Amino acid sequence: MNAAADGSDVSLLELCDAEVASTSNPGTSSLAGVNWAVQRNDFWVVGGLLGSGKSDLLSTLVGVLPLNSGRLLLDGAEITGRGGPRADAGAQFRTGLVHDGGLLFAHLSVAENVALPLQYHHNVSFADAADRAGAWLEAVGMGGMAELPSTRISRNWAQRASLARACILQPEILLLDNPLTGLDPVHARWWMDFLGQLWTGHPLMAYRRATLIATCDDFSPWWGEGRRFAMLSNGRFRTVVEPISRQELSDCLAANHR
Amino acid sequence: MLSLGLITLSVLLTQRRRASKVISPLIWREVLRSGVRPVPIVLFLSSLLGLAVIGQTVVFTTRLGAQDYLGTVMVMVVVRELGPMLAALVVLVRAGSESVIELGSARASHEIEAMEAIGIDPIHYWVVPRVLGMALGVFCLTVYAIVAAVLSGYLWAFLQNIPILPGDYFGQLARALHPLDFLALGLKSGILGVTLALLLCYHGLAQPIRREDIPRAAIRALTQGVVLCVLIDAVFLALSRISLDSP
Repeated sequence: MNAAADGSDVSLLELCDAEVASTSNPGTSSLAGVNWAVQRNDFWVVGGLLGSGKSDLLSTLVGVLPLNSGRLLLDGAEITGRGGPRADAGAQFRTGLVHDGGLLFAHLSVAENVALPLQYHHNVSFADAADRAGAWLEAVGMGGMAELPSTRISRNWAQRASLARACILQPEILLLDNPLTGLDPVHARWWMDFLGQLWTGHPLMAYRRATLIATCDDFSPWWGEGRRFAMLSNGRFRTVVEPISRQELSDCLAANHR
Repeated sequence: MLSLGLITLSVLLTQRRRASKVISPLIWREVLRSGVRPVPIVLFLSSLLGLAVIGQTVVFTTRLGAQDYLGTVMVMVVVRELGPMLAALVVLVRAGSESVIELGSARASHEIEAMEAIGIDPIHYWVVPRVLGMALGVFCLTVYAIVAAVLSGYLWAFLQNIPILPGDYFGQLARALHPLDFLALGLKSGILGVTLALLLCYHGLAQPIRREDIPRAAIRALTQGVVLCVLIDAVFLALSRISLDSP
């Protein structure tokens, strides 16, 4: 049996010599020469200042943005063209993305936003998806906001609803684009606790441990045991050599950008 | 816009059974928006249209003693030309600007990317329901417009003391109608609906847009929509002339 078949030595997600396309400047690359392997149950934190390509990297991993060159592998199988991991029928529900700011659909209520992926991919009506959406909204502390129009809630809550929407299909890999940006300290603390639960196995994810990849522009809240760090600076992807202290980690982003 | 039309057709064919419980309500929402909500304004405008057509025609037909052609005139002017055009223009004004603003806002606030990220094809979710719903909506409104214009035309003739009985008037209409008129009516209103839907989606969705550009995009879409309606009408007129002239 080869490694790819038994899955033991194969990275869950891998970028090989990849050039990540830029959404803000079509035709150019925001990152070049990315070689990165993500193993099952990893918790990666990717830091970078504004415009360093964090969102582009996550859009590539979720399959919205095709690579300019290089390869993207999911469980050892190459994913090509637009559609990324989702182009592979078997990988349809394996990645979920929480957008910076939530990016809820303005024409839908909060509950309809959360239920939409389930409705679409399982072809069920809202009534049939409402229970599961409600359970996720309860889990993220938004049980009382289900009926509200998504435009009526603040960024703090929109971000949480986006997390519920990304999780409702129980993805194996959860990508989080700057989840702590603009949050007050109470919400930020909630996020760190909840992501910890997802990493160790949440009841609504059938206690399966999720692989997490989060981006940030400040490493300090993310420092913790078992987490791995990488940073984006000057168009390059670099993993942070461990062990590293909390202070060194906090300083390295600004230091590498000079 | 042609590319968008081809992509939409491809999505329509390949994903016609996908997520029907999500897409069907969206289609009906579009039918409601473009085929039901504008009914009062369509009835009002088409009633005026019927009055105007009969009012203008009656003067000449009475002088010439040709009241027997009132129904024929209604078929030529309202059924073949102005009915579908009126319906399409009302849909363009009522639902068009709303569509461009809704789609443009979604595009400007990156909802399209969010939709792709949860594995939903934006063409399937945003464009396909609009194309199907608007085609059906324009067709429904065309029927309402024609019925209202025909009835108001007779009312005007009656008020003008034109000696024509309802049975004669509707008999004239029936004789003036050709079976191909029904086919052409369905085809024309459907094509108008599909074209307008694609135009609106093109301006709102198919190209990057900033929030401040949305009003300009809506104006462009409405202006081009009027031009396209006239062009489509002209094409149908030319085709009908060719078919009438052929032996």
